[in-house]
Amino acid sequence: MSTFGAAFGEAFGLIGAFDPELLDIVWLSLRVSLSAVLISTVIALPCGAALAVTRFPGRDALVVIVNALLGLPAVVVGLTIYLLLSRAGPLGAFGILFTPAAMVVAQAVLIFPLIAALARQAVADAWREYAEQMHSLGAGPVASSLALLHDLRFSLVTIVLAAFGRAIAEVGAVMIVGGNIDGVTRVMTTAIALETSKGDLPLALGLGVVLLGIVLLLNVGAHLLKERAQRHHA
Amino acid sequence: MLPLALEGIGFSAGGRDILSGIDLVLEAGPRTMILGPNGAGKSVLMRVCHGLLAPTSGRVLWSHPERPGEPRRQAMVFQRPVLLRRSVLGNLTFALAVAGAPHDEREGRALTALDRVGLLPFAHRPARVLSGGEQQRLALARAWMLEPEVLFLDEPTANLDPGATREIESIVQSIHASGTKIVMITHNLGQAQRLGDEVLFVDRGRIAERTPVDRFFRNPATAEADAFLKGELPWH
Repeated sequence: MSTFGAAFGEAFGLIGAFDPELLDIVWLSLRVSLSAVLISTVIALPCGAALAVTRFPGRDALVVIVNALLGLPAVVVGLTIYLLLSRAGPLGAFGILFTPAAMVVAQAVLIFPLIAALARQAVADAWREYAEQMHSLGAGPVASSLALLHDLRFSLVTIVLAAFGRAIAEVGAVMIVGGNIDGVTRVMTTAIALETSKGDLPLALGLGVVLLGIVLLLNVGAHLLKERAQRHHA
Repeated sequence: MLPLALEGIGFSAGGRDILSGIDLVLEAGPRTMILGPNGAGKSVLMRVCHGLLAPTSGRVLWSHPERPGEPRRQAMVFQRPVLLRRSVLGNLTFALAVAGAPHDEREGRALTALDRVGLLPFAHRPARVLSGGEQQRLALARAWMLEPEVLFLDEPTANLDPGATREIESIVQSIHASGTKIVMITHNLGQAQRLGDEVLFVDRGRIAERTPVDRFFRNPATAEADAFLKGELPWH
């Protein structure tokens, strides 16, 4: 128990002192996960909306697959991206394995099904209300999808936040494709895993506290935004 | 694009015939009121006309068929208006964008349309905070702005109080006066008399009769219409 208390004390000491090593790791984590969320969101939201408003052969199968991929283990994504990006792999020519770029790709792939599946569900629910009006106006699938995404923007913020939470908290994928190289690809989760195994509990705990704090702050922000928007639009 | 001809239209869903053997020609000009008991198939008939539902059998023939990608020359106003979560003005400019109106014309046309229904002061309010009557006026403004040849209305005043209903009726009259064919479903018999030129009486998936309004309310041609007007329900 005393180690636990002491570790916590030292952890807050590191945070309070803006320990440069800790800051570097936090900054890289944010950069990687925010980039992954940005890339994945831009692609997954339109895909999810399109799955909700269009009818084509094989659509139902695709919906089931995307929903099933919600349970995708991070290490499996990591392994797949690793194989694709390794020297002998089909994308090996890019030479980005063991760089932050590879970690962005892995996290973007990991959270794509999450954003697409939840966005599809949200848009499909709203579509029941909008479909006749959109058809009546002559709006095609593209105009309808964009209009619905815009109308649901405040619900979609929650989905994107959940995706960011999954990205920044996962360890398996970034560990495999990033390699946890000190000062290059070491992020909060991989550092926590490493420092714990080395016995440096204060740094591990400090990172854990920062990780929680970031996720909490983002959720508070999203909650306030949503509250305000709902009051505005009734 | 009028006249609109329906030839042998049937519509079935879940093994039930909702419409059967509908032959009908709608010409430009007279305001057509569609009356009939609940479940007679009025709304389905209107959706088939407007292209929202594909008939199970038969053909829907416009004199100038619509082509995908071209702006629609027909519009519809629903019982519950569906408005986007954006400003009143934004709802109209969206409809104009979908209809392919040039970018620099949209705002001007939208403001004119708002002025005609008395919503100009609300242009920059979020559409979804308007009252029910104001929302329906916005839906009418959106439909009118697109200058349709035909406007379909499915019980547009069913959820409104008498004051809002009067406003909607007066807008519908103006739309008719501007040269748009009015086809409207209503359960309000007084409204049918005020707004209609002819009555299309739909009963159990068929068009039971089609009669000028004054004659329909004085002396309907069929026993079903007579019973409907007397508030009887012989089909139960």
